[in-house]
Amino acid sequence: MDELLEILSDLHPEVDFENEEGLIDRGILDSFDIVSLISEISENFDVTISAEKITPENFNSAKALWALIERLDEEQN
Amino acid sequence: MLFTSYEFIAFLLILFAVYYLIPKKYQWMLLLAGSYLYYFYAGPFYLLFILTTTFTVWATGILMTRKEKQEKSFLSSERGKAFTKDEKKAFKAAGKKKRRRIMVLCLLLNLGILAVLKYTNFTINNINGLLDIFGSENKLSFVDLVLPMGISFYTFQAVGYLVDVYRGTVKAQDNFFKFALFVGFFPQLVQGPISRYDDLSKSLYEEHAFDWKNNVSMGLQRILFGFFKKVVIADRMLIAVNEIIGNTEQYTGMYVFLGMIFYAFELYADFTGGIDITIGVAQVLGIKVAENFHRPFFSKSIKEYWRRWHITMGTWFTDYIFYPISVSKGMLKLSKFSRSHFGEALGKRIPVYLSSFVVWFATGFWHGASWNFIVWGIGNYVVIMISQELEPLYRKFHARVNTDGNTAYKIFTILRTFLLMSCLRSFDCYRDVPLTFKMFGTMFTTPNWGILFDGSLMGLGLGIFDYCILAFGLIVLFTVSMSQRKGPVRARLATLPYWIKFAIWFGLFIIILLAGAYGVGYDASQFIYNQF
Repeated sequence: MDELLEILSDLHPEVDFENEEGLIDRGILDSFDIVSLISEISENFDVTISAEKITPENFNSAKALWALIERLDEEQN
Repeated sequence: MLFTSYEFIAFLLILFAVYYLIPKKYQWMLLLAGSYLYYFYAGPFYLLFILTTTFTVWATGILMTRKEKQEKSFLSSERGKAFTKDEKKAFKAAGKKKRRRIMVLCLLLNLGILAVLKYTNFTINNINGLLDIFGSENKLSFVDLVLPMGISFYTFQAVGYLVDVYRGTVKAQDNFFKFALFVGFFPQLVQGPISRYDDLSKSLYEEHAFDWKNNVSMGLQRILFGFFKKVVIADRMLIAVNEIIGNTEQYTGMYVFLGMIFYAFELYADFTGGIDITIGVAQVLGIKVAENFHRPFFSKSIKEYWRRWHITMGTWFTDYIFYPISVSKGMLKLSKFSRSHFGEALGKRIPVYLSSFVVWFATGFWHGASWNFIVWGIGNYVVIMISQELEPLYRKFHARVNTDGNTAYKIFTILRTFLLMSCLRSFDCYRDVPLTFKMFGTMFTTPNWGILFDGSLMGLGLGIFDYCILAFGLIVLFTVSMSQRKGPVRARLATLPYWIKFAIWFGLFIIILLAGAYGVGYDASQFIYNQF
């Protein structure tokens, strides 16, 4: 989780990712951020996030995103 | 049947009346019949195309769902239960691959129909150009093809549904006729919005009781405001725009600038007016159609502008083209390769840059089969990428200079975005790439600013009355946009005393009747987006 928070902070240093729960709904992450994020996640956690997984539920908070990574890790590795 | 025609108004009045008189369970069937009647009126031959898309997409959705059910029931059978974890994974992956193939076939068919009808002559024209360059006297003849009304919109809507069914985010519609209504729902057929199935279907098939306060009166008010934008502002602005872009020898320099600004307001009033009518008609019927604009001319950057202008097209391209390409395995591999060979900075940018290029190329091409639209799309791409690259610089600037709450800076960024978008839109105006550059250049070489004050503007087909009406119209649009920041305007107007409400809406109706651009000298024009 710490590594994910670090990746997120690199994208937007001004955001409190530990507590923010509206990353998509409040427009904090845009489509460019999401793609950069997915590319970083693929590089660092060795999981592939497909386009159909890009939903507000999965990307609204660091916690939700971490849960998705864990789920995909279980499925893919 | 144009939205602004008497036939359409008569059609709506009859449909509204019958809709609320018949038993509610038949309402969606009436809408289907009405939608097909509307489409038949546009051209009986068009029905063949919309029916082909409707049937193939519906059948493919059903087939994919059936396949998935079969896979699931196999996995829960004794044989399936005996599978190891890896075997189950492989079985699921093989099933998904099969379903993807079925979906791709259907997509190829439908996007193929769109491509052939819309782009054949453009391709022939380019081949002829190449033959010319190589000195060949052989030329391909153009093909006489019809472009069915709204094909770009309904094809995208159907394609979005199919991808959603494949992804499992929506359940396939079993009833062919209900699906036909989703694809062919008449208010949004000609110029969008490009609705999502999970969004529109919630209210499309429901039974709706007559609700004057929340639906009917609100919908009628929105229709009225749409008419005001279209016939009072857009169609009047169009006269000056046509005059300027139709006489390029005569209208250079400041005229080009004026043409760009006029076109910005014309397009805004035309497109948002059309969408207001669409959403208003749906609201009278109790149906909720997605919003397509969110005060776009108040955007502070082009990226923000594209989140607020033609929203449903933007999200369609993002969800069905940008994301699938940018997070595909191939793109991620390319990104990894670039990171290791060309450095971290470039590797990170590859997915966003390549996918964005495809999206903007496609966006331009979707708008029209000509190079000016492609250059317009790529122009947007270039500006967005430059501003993306400049973001660290902006951050440094904002760290040193506090612009939070600075109204002057905010107005500056809004005007900058508006002007930048207006410049890009000139490709859409002149519809010819070299001519656009030439005319754009005259803004810097022809210092004819005096035309603003010496009465030359009266020669653009508009008189003093027209300019007064336009100024009034734009003030109304600006005031409404500013009020929208505090919430929905119509809901707030509804709380006013009855006589004030009546005066406002009746006044608007009278203005449309008296100041609409009708009759001799005016061109009762199509909505601009009808052509797409």
